[in-house]
Amino acid sequence: MSVLQIRDLHHRYGATEVLAGIDLDLHAGEVLALLGPSGCGKSTLLHIVAGLLIPSEASLHSSFNRLSCVFQEPRLMPWKTALDNIALGLKAQRVARVERRTRAAELGARMGLDSEDLDKYPHELSGGMQSRVSLARALATRPDLLLLDEPFSALDVGLKAELYALLIDQVRRFGTAVLMITHDLMEAVRLADRILMMAPEPGRLVHEVSLDTVQEARSSTWVYQSSAALMQEEAVRIGFGLAQAEDAGGGAP
Amino acid sequence: MRVRDRLSAALTATLGYLWSGWGAVSSLLLFCALWEWGGQVYGTLILPGPMETFARLGAMFDRGMAMPELVISARRALYGLGLALGAGTLLGLVAGRSLTASMVSRPLVTLLLGMPPIAWLVLAMLWFGMGDATPVFTVFIACFPIVFAGAMQGARTVDNKLRDMARSYRLPWWMMLTDVHLPHVTSYLFPAWITALGTSWKVVVMAELLTTADGVGAALAVSRAQLDTATSMGWILAVLGLLLAFEYLFLEPVKRRVERWRTEVAA
Repeated sequence: MSVLQIRDLHHRYGATEVLAGIDLDLHAGEVLALLGPSGCGKSTLLHIVAGLLIPSEASLHSSFNRLSCVFQEPRLMPWKTALDNIALGLKAQRVARVERRTRAAELGARMGLDSEDLDKYPHELSGGMQSRVSLARALATRPDLLLLDEPFSALDVGLKAELYALLIDQVRRFGTAVLMITHDLMEAVRLADRILMMAPEPGRLVHEVSLDTVQEARSSTWVYQSSAALMQEEAVRIGFGLAQAEDAGGGAP
Repeated sequence: MRVRDRLSAALTATLGYLWSGWGAVSSLLLFCALWEWGGQVYGTLILPGPMETFARLGAMFDRGMAMPELVISARRALYGLGLALGAGTLLGLVAGRSLTASMVSRPLVTLLLGMPPIAWLVLAMLWFGMGDATPVFTVFIACFPIVFAGAMQGARTVDNKLRDMARSYRLPWWMMLTDVHLPHVTSYLFPAWITALGTSWKVVVMAELLTTADGVGAALAVSRAQLDTATSMGWILAVLGLLLAFEYLFLEPVKRRVERWRTEVAA
């Protein structure tokens, strides 16, 4: 079974330490959510896993082969239509033109993009549509490791629910491992098998929560209640910058 | 069906483009009116009007005296321009890939751009004599920095975020080139190429005027010596006409096609 194993990862930008002593395991078919305040190094960690940044020190082992990334911004090629943008990864895998366009169109349709939208250039699409194109591009290559950097933040609620279902379907069918960054605790509670809380300066993992209920059985009520329960925990409150204000009031060091 | 759709779309676009030319035509006609007025004030010896100039140009073509000279000038301009486009694009892209190379070449480009073509011409006359090589070299050296600067700027400004994205999808090198770099760079190159084209025509006529025995520039020198203003104006008109035709009937449509992702209005 494929696995991503990170031990004692440190990363510095110049003299500033942005990540310190990160240990992390991710197995095939597992959804791991990274939660934490802005600037705690979540995106840096994701870029390192994606191979876009070389960490200052780390023991990093990954047996995943096909990796896909969804960045915070859609990062679409402005000179390609939505369809060709979705098919980009397939083209890199040398899938023949007709087949890759068929597969891209199918995936686009599941994302709620019709053939007219798919013929448009990115600047003609709304922000939500661009995010969906970017997600479709990532799923098109049937990755075994999917890295998501707040991919759902520009979407409305109904659409989010559909894409959550699509993502979980992907995980079940292909055993895709997902490492996702989010600011939305409820989103993490709905999707993740494990939630890792990060704290800034330097970025480090401070708390881990395991959710044992399978994703398909998580009702809205369950999600609300679990999120509310989590918000009572000290480590989670720190992660959202809620406990710090009280600390400052209490004169903590 | 799809092919027909595409054809009809292309046809609509072309017709639309030609129709948009009316604005340009009317502004040119306005210019001609001003020119005619000037001609009437100063007389034909100083400034022959547009009618007379067109008539003279027609006569020059009829007598078979215009075409060969234009072909000679066009050949020299296109050789020089072709060399400049090739070398400038290639070297500019390479320089743009490296921070050091772009820092080193920036002042050199400024230097080359600032050097008047007439100075190069004098040097070229000393180096190459009075043959074809002198105008070709002068055109090359006048156009090269324009193209080089455009290509370098294009290569420098490729979006790092897009490049990271492409890297994360493991795009092979040829896709990096055709899908990431070239489309971006082209949008910088086209304006530079069009500027270079205009420069090449201006410079070739100037170079011929002073160095060679044939070509439009040489013919201009002769008509000037004979105080034949109408023929001089005819030559000028011929050169301008060729330039406009090449730019608006060839380069501009190509540019529109290549950059439709940029200009296409939302449906």
